[in-house]
Amino acid sequence: MRVAIKRGRTVEEAVQEALRELGVEREQVEVEVLEEPNRGFLGWLGARMAEVKVTVKVTKSQFAREFLKQVTNALGIEMRVSEVGRSDRYVFLELEGEEAGLLIGRRGETLNALQYLVNVAASRVSQEPYRIVLDVDGYRKRRHEALERLARRVAERVRRTGRKMVLEPMPARERRVVHLALQNQSGVTTHSEGQEPYRRVVVSPSK
Amino acid sequence: MRELLLLLAKALVDHPDQVQVQQVEGQQSVILEIRVAPEDVGKIIGKQGRIIRAIRAVIKAAAAKEGKKAAVEVLQ
Repeated sequence: MRVAIKRGRTVEEAVQEALRELGVEREQVEVEVLEEPNRGFLGWLGARMAEVKVTVKVTKSQFAREFLKQVTNALGIEMRVSEVGRSDRYVFLELEGEEAGLLIGRRGETLNALQYLVNVAASRVSQEPYRIVLDVDGYRKRRHEALERLARRVAERVRRTGRKMVLEPMPARERRVVHLALQNQSGVTTHSEGQEPYRRVVVSPSK
Repeated sequence: MRELLLLLAKALVDHPDQVQVQQVEGQQSVILEIRVAPEDVGKIIGKQGRIIRAIRAVIKAAAAKEGKKAAVEVLQ
């Protein structure tokens, strides 16, 4: 953790000095006032400078990357973790390495579990509003495409047979892909049924 | 596996120093018993068991690597 302790005539002056030294913005730090300034009597007797301790806050992304390195170490596998993109609501982290399959699990079960735990843990260290999205060797992208194909195939079958089909349980994010893929398909409607984590998409013929 | 569970649990609770894990090794299975501070039990289990389910999924992957099955029990 990067820290600077600085003095100044006022608290603000001391903080500014610390920010210059650390090379960061005000929003990235936590300020602890160690000593309030005191002008003293007649400007000099008992005068005291302000003293502050400025600490650079750990971001969710930094925490998550460090945490994931420790987790993969504990799993005994070698993985590189890097931030590959961000938006207002998400930071995307990608893990790359030899034993990707182990981290993905059946239908992404392990990956989703790990992503959930990383988010719970990261929100304990920082209030930043974004969520961490994990991917391993492009799995989510491939899964996204596979889900769209599945959705179209199921829609085709529902239209042909006129009978509804219930898909396997999926996490919310994956159900959303299916709903969106079939939104503009004629002849079928979609909705979800059941309780998490066993909630499933149902594709029915539209009347 | 014990190390992994400790790492996950410590990141989730308010009293990481009070997290204890015992590993009971069988031939084809491993039982991991975890104890946390009483006020942290909810943090390790989560709403409707969501957190403990995620922990079990990750531990399951670690166990699979060694060709074993793992059970994670929260002791109160």
